[in-house]
Amino acid sequence: MLLIKGARLVDPLHHVDKKADMLVDRGKIVEIKNSINVRGADVLVATNLIVCPGFIDIHTHLREPGEEFKETIESGCEAAACGGFTAIACMPNTIPPNDNPSTTRFIMERARMANGVRVMPIGAITIGQKGEQLCEYFSMKREGIIAISEDGRSVMNSGILRRAMEYAATHDLLVISHCEDHNLSGKGVMNEGIYSTRYGLRPIPTQAEDIIVYRDVALSALAGCRLHIAHVSAADSLFHIRRAKKRGLRVTAETAPHYLYLSDDMLATYDTNLKVNPPLRSRADVQALRKAIKDGTIDCIASDHAPHSSAEKDVEFDIAKPGISGIETSVGLVLNLVNEGVISLKRAIYLLSAGPAKVLNIPPNSLSVGSDANITIVDLKKEWTVDPSKFHSKGRNTPFAGYKLRGKAVATLVAGRILYSEL
Amino acid sequence: MTIPKVIKKGEFPHKDLVSMEQLSEKEIYMILDTASRFKKISLRNIKKVPALKGKTVINLFFEPSTRTRTSFEIAAKRLSADIVNITSTASAVVKGETLLDTAQTLMAMKPDFMIIRHSYSGSALYLSRIVSASVLNAGDGLHEHPTQALLDLYTMKEYKGQLEGLKVAIVGDIAHSRVARSNIIGLNKVKAEVMLVGPKTLIPSSIEKMNVKVSYDLKEAICWADVVMMLRIQLERLTEGLFPTIREYSMLYGLNRDMLKFLKKDAIIMHPGPINRNVEISPEVVGDKRCVILNQVENGIAVRMAVLFLLRGAEKVSIEQ
Ligand SMILES: [Zn+2]
Repeated sequence: MLLIKGARLVDPLHHVDKKADMLVDRGKIVEIKNSINVRGADVLVATNLIVCPGFIDIHTHLREPGEEFKETIESGCEAAACGGFTAIACMPNTIPPNDNPSTTRFIMERARMANGVRVMPIGAITIGQKGEQLCEYFSMKREGIIAISEDGRSVMNSGILRRAMEYAATHDLLVISHCEDHNLSGKGVMNEGIYSTRYGLRPIPTQAEDIIVYRDVALSALAGCRLHIAHVSAADSLFHIRRAKKRGLRVTAETAPHYLYLSDDMLATYDTNLKVNPPLRSRADVQALRKAIKDGTIDCIASDHAPHSSAEKDVEFDIAKPGISGIETSVGLVLNLVNEGVISLKRAIYLLSAGPAKVLNIPPNSLSVGSDANITIVDLKKEWTVDPSKFHSKGRNTPFAGYKLRGKAVATLVAGRILYSEL
Repeated sequence: MTIPKVIKKGEFPHKDLVSMEQLSEKEIYMILDTASRFKKISLRNIKKVPALKGKTVINLFFEPSTRTRTSFEIAAKRLSADIVNITSTASAVVKGETLLDTAQTLMAMKPDFMIIRHSYSGSALYLSRIVSASVLNAGDGLHEHPTQALLDLYTMKEYKGQLEGLKVAIVGDIAHSRVARSNIIGLNKVKAEVMLVGPKTLIPSSIEKMNVKVSYDLKEAICWADVVMMLRIQLERLTEGLFPTIREYSMLYGLNRDMLKFLKKDAIIMHPGPINRNVEISPEVVGDKRCVILNQVENGIAVRMAVLFLLRGAEKVSIEQ
């Protein structure tokens, strides 16, 4: 038995916001009351802390199989727990990609051997992510995939994507789109504008993203599938998402913390940790996204955790691999926005828990009696400095090193088990 | 020959020259003044001065370029430095050796200067951060080529007297030209006016924000300009679909005899070389007395001597000891 004492419980989905003690037994929340005293229970003193429904990160790259030097399912799950996540979805662009049922089964087996963070694999849309032949969605779903995505690329052939969406709809699988018109992005490595011109880096216009957002929304309407837009980076994409939602289409969207903090002007240093795909956009885009997480256009925030070794990053900007090892900074960056007054605490918790659950169409974690005790405890006032050398992820690639943030996940519980705690 | 000025400590407080962006107007003029002293030395019978005696310079070229490499080599030798040429291709990367590896290996040999040309933007800045030697950017990707801009400014000043208010037209592939970028920045700093000319496909996004005019009409620019700088057209742009044919490009943006009629009598024609005859410039134009391409090459040595000299900077060293 575990007794969490003196915390503030906040569960936006169920309109809970109160101070109370919580008792956890056999993986479930068994009691919530003003004051609980149980003899023999382990006690977690959580005065001035906030107990939230467990956070979910729906966009991560765990690199296994194939690039275990960057991350393994085990190290990724460890990092997830330390970052405050009770469940994560992992993208299929491993080597080989998760484009067949046995790879899915392998991931599920490795995840069972890890620390207990729930791992939800995402399958590829096409074999080898080549954009040609559909994967066996039904068989892969039976092994555990919860969505399909070609993340890292777009399926450029609209005819093939339409069939993929229809087949996904047949099996009620969510389609997650990485939106990039590869003919437009070409050899580009940063956002197009005055800064790409000044820094002499090949440009990617925002249109490379929003054209595909528009196309995929249109195709999802045709195919009747659920569509989720991954890592929205540009204001123009938000226009299409708002319109889709207004039309009542089953379209959701995420953004990543770096698109809420960083912009293309910062690339003057050619710091390869700032290289991401889609690229960092203008300051105006950052402001538009900050508004969109508030007004509901964006349904959740995902880390797009993309660990790399220094060999992929300690090179010239053009040849550096894109991505940020973000799973251990994501929650801190979102909570910091609460402290900056950009979003409310409730909204932040929603974006990290109920929001992602709604996107994936899975039961949301909840703070009600009888629910599984999947819980993230945060300290909204804790000041800390991002130090990649302390990451549990193998990836130390972050542009946030040295950032002073306010707000941090301090404990993570899955089914009542403490996977991480600094209390 | 006048007694050279002594460069005082702290007057040129740079370890590296990676961009025009980093230089102030005053520093640009300091380089040009120093270069004019070195140019006089280049006209003498004995062209060598001992300023960099005992110093080691590495020419690290990841892109083929005989002219720039030779120009730096001669500049270093005239300053009595020892210079080593390393020509590499991006294939070192393919072999698994990164720029970091190469830089660390070379640093173990204790060079004082590393001159780098590389096909990726930002590589000179990157190198300057990982080595203690002075790094000179001899062209990084599409980004900058500061010594080219400095020798261009030198040449303009030499012919036109003053840079402020000078009308400079830069014609051609602005989008992929580090020469254009460095010149735009440099010309802005010395308060010259710049007009960029080319089809929209070769003009990069938002460049008006760099305080330049943009025109699609070569004739308009030619009538306006005191200086016309023609850029080399890389033939690979054709395969990227940036213009339909060389023929049509050259019809619209090539500088030929007909177009010369509109050029001011006292204007000058420049080109960073190597030229594509009958693509961006016709043979008659190269032969025109307003064409100063070879003077640019000559000035390149003096300017590079000046930069090497100033970067070594620290102690009180005069040009001739
Ligand atoms: Zn992606």
